[in-house]
Amino acid sequence: MLNYVLRRILQAVPLMIGVSIIGFGLMHLAPGGPLAVYTLNPTITAQDIERIKVVFGLDQPVYVQYFKWALGMFTGSWGYTFFGGRPVLVVILERVPATLLLMGSALSIAIVVGMFVGILGAIRRYSVFDYLATTGAMFALSFPTFWFGLMAIYVFALQLRWLPSGGMYELGAEGEFFDLLRHLALPTMVLALVIVATWSRYTRSSFLEVIHQDYIRTARAKGLRAPAILFRHAFPNAVKPLIALLGVQLPFLFSGALVTETIFGWPGMGRLFVDALTMKEYPVLMGMMMFTAFFVIFSNLIADVAVAMIDPRIRLA
Amino acid sequence: MTSTQNIIAEAPEAAVVAARHESFVRLVLRRFLRHRLAVVGAVVVVLLCASALFANAVAPHDPTFLDTKHRFLAPFQDMGFLLGTDELGRDTLSRLLYGGRVSLAVGVVAMLTTVLSGLVVGLAAGYYGRWVDDLLMRFVDTMLCFPQVFLLLVVAAFVPPTLISISLIIGLTSWMEVARIVRGEILYLKEQDFVQAARALGAGGARIMFKELLPNAIAPVLVAATLKVATAVLMESYISYLGYGIQPPLASWGNMLTNAQGYFDTVPYLAILPGAMITLTVMSFNFLGDGLRDALDPRLRMD
Repeated sequence: MLNYVLRRILQAVPLMIGVSIIGFGLMHLAPGGPLAVYTLNPTITAQDIERIKVVFGLDQPVYVQYFKWALGMFTGSWGYTFFGGRPVLVVILERVPATLLLMGSALSIAIVVGMFVGILGAIRRYSVFDYLATTGAMFALSFPTFWFGLMAIYVFALQLRWLPSGGMYELGAEGEFFDLLRHLALPTMVLALVIVATWSRYTRSSFLEVIHQDYIRTARAKGLRAPAILFRHAFPNAVKPLIALLGVQLPFLFSGALVTETIFGWPGMGRLFVDALTMKEYPVLMGMMMFTAFFVIFSNLIADVAVAMIDPRIRLA
Repeated sequence: MTSTQNIIAEAPEAAVVAARHESFVRLVLRRFLRHRLAVVGAVVVVLLCASALFANAVAPHDPTFLDTKHRFLAPFQDMGFLLGTDELGRDTLSRLLYGGRVSLAVGVVAMLTTVLSGLVVGLAAGYYGRWVDDLLMRFVDTMLCFPQVFLLLVVAAFVPPTLISISLIIGLTSWMEVARIVRGEILYLKEQDFVQAARALGAGGARIMFKELLPNAIAPVLVAATLKVATAVLMESYISYLGYGIQPPLASWGNMLTNAQGYFDTVPYLAILPGAMITLTVMSFNFLGDGLRDALDPRLRMD
């Protein structure tokens, strides 16, 4: 097992290097480069720009800049924001809890609902329920997240006035649990919808594949009852590709969270990203790209290790 | 019975190949037609494309003409403006038609970019193998670590937004899946007898890749291409909605939605209509792609 984990970590290293090269390259290819915010400012002279270049080390060859920057990434010095001069890592990290809360609640609801729908669809294949569920999933996948969010705001916040239309807390109610729940409800629902759709589709096909295996027929032949077959024999095998899917789906979840946070004014990483974009905050953008990519690599690692724990064939291969 | 035997005796291979080819196309068509939602999707896609192509003939008004006497008309309130007008008195129906032209154009150009890049990368990786494969597939893995919307927005914020630049950006951030599909197909195909035969006959790399491998890998690419139009339309609406896509006064469904958000409380239909069009388009392409996948699935070829 340890052997497998180590091998898997070694595979993640080139990925991290690749991610850092792309992130670094993207920022340097940008028109105006990393100093765009200064060159566009009329009160800053050409001499000032030269001085800033020297101070930031931007007069050095590109590869030197890259290595210095990459070293900074690993030692936790991710640079400072242009406006306010705060450490980028701190700025990002203070937004992480809000996003994790939103993604976590959406994901857990989506997994429970999606798996339930998927398993039922697989068992009762071609039934009315199955037909409705697969068609419904297709509908859900086609909704633009932001439009669904706007419609949800219109119905539940503007017309029915059941839920707040945005933000995380009511003024003066910071930290109150029920207020947080009320604010969490709509964005969670919007973000969860797409994941439910994907999740139910994958669960259905994964269970369908397992259900027709010989060992399920054997279990049935020796007289086991349906729930025992389903949960003891089918579930562990069907769930393996789903765990791997969790890691693969994570970038989509981040994309969805970005859009959802923008609509609902949720103070998470997605909002930070959109704000940084308007202010041309390159250090923050670069940091965000690295942070999400590293998070994705790390989650894929965890997912693979989890699958290997369930299935000895993988870790011994 | 005797006639069949005669044909087979005369030109055995040609007859068998022709028969199988004919029946495969028929089979695919028959299975596609059985998938009702896919047929509906196909019809809607054709209608949408036609209305986009002929927008200038169909649209009752100039989509950018400001008619300040007729602002905020509700749908069906004034038959001169069938679907109403926006805050500047522009005709919503005309804007939806022209917006559809933009959205579909972006969808198709982005899809072509995606498919072309995916084909090149997948073909090279699958055919050459070894370090080429390693390098290209690690690049694919790396690209997949970034959330697509993040990548899109960063690049879109740097590049002046035009129809072409936005399509290219969307295409260049979504080819990875196609590359993986093509690579998988090529890995399987290149071990097949007909490819070995071509090689034995002295066919060169380019000939094998483009004449032998590519035509046989086209079915899954076709499915992926259809689904990619759907995601590209969705992506265009995302970045236009966030303000980095198609810029007003040129209408796109995405920027119509952004615009409508300001009057959302009082005139919701301005937001409902473009959103409904996006949903309809994306859904039709999704159903079409799904139906194609089922119809072309080689595992079901025997039914």
